[in-house]
Amino acid sequence: MNEPDPTALVECRDLVFGYGERVVLDGVSFKVPRGKVTALMGASGGGKTTMLRLIGGQVRAQQGRMLFDGSDVGRMDADTLYAARRRMGMLFQFGALFTDLSVYDNVAFQMREHTDLPESMVHDLVMMKLHAVGLRGAHRLMPGELSGGMARRVALARVTALDPMLIMYDEPFTGLDPISLGVIRNLVRKLNDALGSTSIVVTHDVQEALDIVDYVYYLSEGVMVAHGTPAEMRASKDPQVHQFVWGEADGPVAYQYPSKNFSEELELV
Amino acid sequence: MFNRTSIINVRNVGHHAIESLLRLGYATRFFALTLLNSGTSFLRVRLIIRELYFTGVLSMIIILISGLFVGMVLGYQGYQTLKTYGSESALGVLVALSLVRELGPVMSALLFASRAGSAMTAEIGLMKATEQLSAMEMMAVDPIARVVAPRFWAGVISMPLLAAMFSAMGVYGGYLVGVVVIGVDEGSFWSQMQSAVDFREDIVNGVIKSVVFGIAVTWIALFEGYDAPPTAEGVSGATTRTVVTSSLAILGLDFILTAFMFRGA
Amino acid sequence: MERSTIDLWVGLFVVAGFVALTILALKVGNMGSFGGTETYQLSAPFTNIGGLKPRAAVKSAGVVVGRVADISFDNDKFMAKVTMNIEKRFKFPKDTSASILTAGLLGEQYVGLEGGADDAMLAGGDTIKMTQSAVVLEKLISQFMYSKAAEGGNTTSK
Repeated sequence: MNEPDPTALVECRDLVFGYGERVVLDGVSFKVPRGKVTALMGASGGGKTTMLRLIGGQVRAQQGRMLFDGSDVGRMDADTLYAARRRMGMLFQFGALFTDLSVYDNVAFQMREHTDLPESMVHDLVMMKLHAVGLRGAHRLMPGELSGGMARRVALARVTALDPMLIMYDEPFTGLDPISLGVIRNLVRKLNDALGSTSIVVTHDVQEALDIVDYVYYLSEGVMVAHGTPAEMRASKDPQVHQFVWGEADGPVAYQYPSKNFSEELELV
Repeated sequence: MFNRTSIINVRNVGHHAIESLLRLGYATRFFALTLLNSGTSFLRVRLIIRELYFTGVLSMIIILISGLFVGMVLGYQGYQTLKTYGSESALGVLVALSLVRELGPVMSALLFASRAGSAMTAEIGLMKATEQLSAMEMMAVDPIARVVAPRFWAGVISMPLLAAMFSAMGVYGGYLVGVVVIGVDEGSFWSQMQSAVDFREDIVNGVIKSVVFGIAVTWIALFEGYDAPPTAEGVSGATTRTVVTSSLAILGLDFILTAFMFRGA
Repeated sequence: MERSTIDLWVGLFVVAGFVALTILALKVGNMGSFGGTETYQLSAPFTNIGGLKPRAAVKSAGVVVGRVADISFDNDKFMAKVTMNIEKRFKFPKDTSASILTAGLLGEQYVGLEGGADDAMLAGGDTIKMTQSAVVLEKLISQFMYSKAAEGGNTTSK
């Protein structure tokens, strides 16, 4: 049982993580199968984004293990960690494009930093990546001139520049118009399959995610509450999962913020 | 006397003191990391050159104009004072020594802190708030080597050059007011200046001062940006802190350096 | 902003900085006249150096020929020892005298050298024998008062 599972690119075992006194993740375990798109869902503050940072080694867990391709990320030294990150890509919530560089330079960034490819080759690669996300014509623009959806697509091109094994998405659907939403959603699936990579999508956009992912993990208050295929999640009878998947106003997550009895609060009655 | 409020205030002071100490320790570690990771900056000089443009070149105008005005005021005020001792011919000495020893390095450092320093803080703070630094880390590029170190060296290189420009413009300003407008003798203006201002003692010491100020200001600016809370208020607070802390640091260091360098001269 | 434009401006900036430094060094400072000139050392004992400071000028006939390098106290003879760097091209005879004089009203003191008639010249490390100390105001006053008192005494004790 202590051997890493070869079918899982990322494996998390009994992970406990917190900031000081506050526990964010309390004994979480899951596996991300290679080549598939996995969703990490849950309400805001449930620990989803923290999970991505743990996978990327930006923070270290207090207990438990976080394995990437068989090695524990939390125990890697700086050089090994940087080598591991070369095989990962993370798409940040609002793109996180470098504002002082053009679209072209943003996508070319990793190629220039990590490889010695001649500029002509970098040029072709950048154009190919931009073509895949449909923004080849925008290569001269600066990030400030892009709309939200376009910025995220450019960020996607930047992330996949060196064909990473693992692509992580931090809330990729938040704040987009329906058309851009549809575009990004399709790109997530298509890129994963085309590149043969593994993708982890952290989101609370249930309906968008359930259409494209292969497996879902649902986190609530630092604990893995449920998991299953999209069909299983939709059919789940668990009240927490049900409320989340169907967006019900009231349920295990209460509508009213904790307060006094209503009739006690009123002054006239 | 020892009511609840005053006890809480005293406790806050202690709390703040410890916080500041911790922060200072973090800042020192940051400084060490910046120096250690400077290899990339020197191998890829292009990075430093780009930052030199934004810190140095764009500060030139304000430095030159301020230098000119300060020199002119020195010329005018200096003349008024020296006239009462019949020593107008020493105006050149007064202007040159004030500028080269003190006003050049100090004022250009203060101006640099407000202009270039706050810009650096805001830039890095915003990069942090929009997750650009995180993104860089995840792409296996160390943000300290790629973003912080080039800016640090650009600041350290710019500072003495700007201070020299300030002093030179100031001397010219003093010349304009003293010789051209008021009519102090041109010959004695320059000759007395030349015999009183020593290259090693005055000019080199002035350059040393401006290098020290450059290190301090750039370090503070970069650290405040790097440590800023990733929100709008966080970045604006950091920018203000940069200007205030840098100014205090410049004046404090100036006192220490002056006491050290100009003993008995 | 194009790379070449940035390079141009940065180049101009650095050049301007160095030009400013050079202007300061040559026109404002004294490097133009004194940097790198070869010097030799002479020393002179004085009973009182007054307000003489290191870096003060050493002049002969009003022209600067060197600078005071160091002032120290000779504990055996209880005199001040002034060490001077004189430019190599100026040679002074062995019976040169050195005095401490005041320049102008602001009181900056300097060392004045007056050449003698000896054929032999002072070499590096030599000591000037004939010196005239600085005028100390208190001694002048007490001298004056003493001589006045002596005069008065002479007249009264008739």
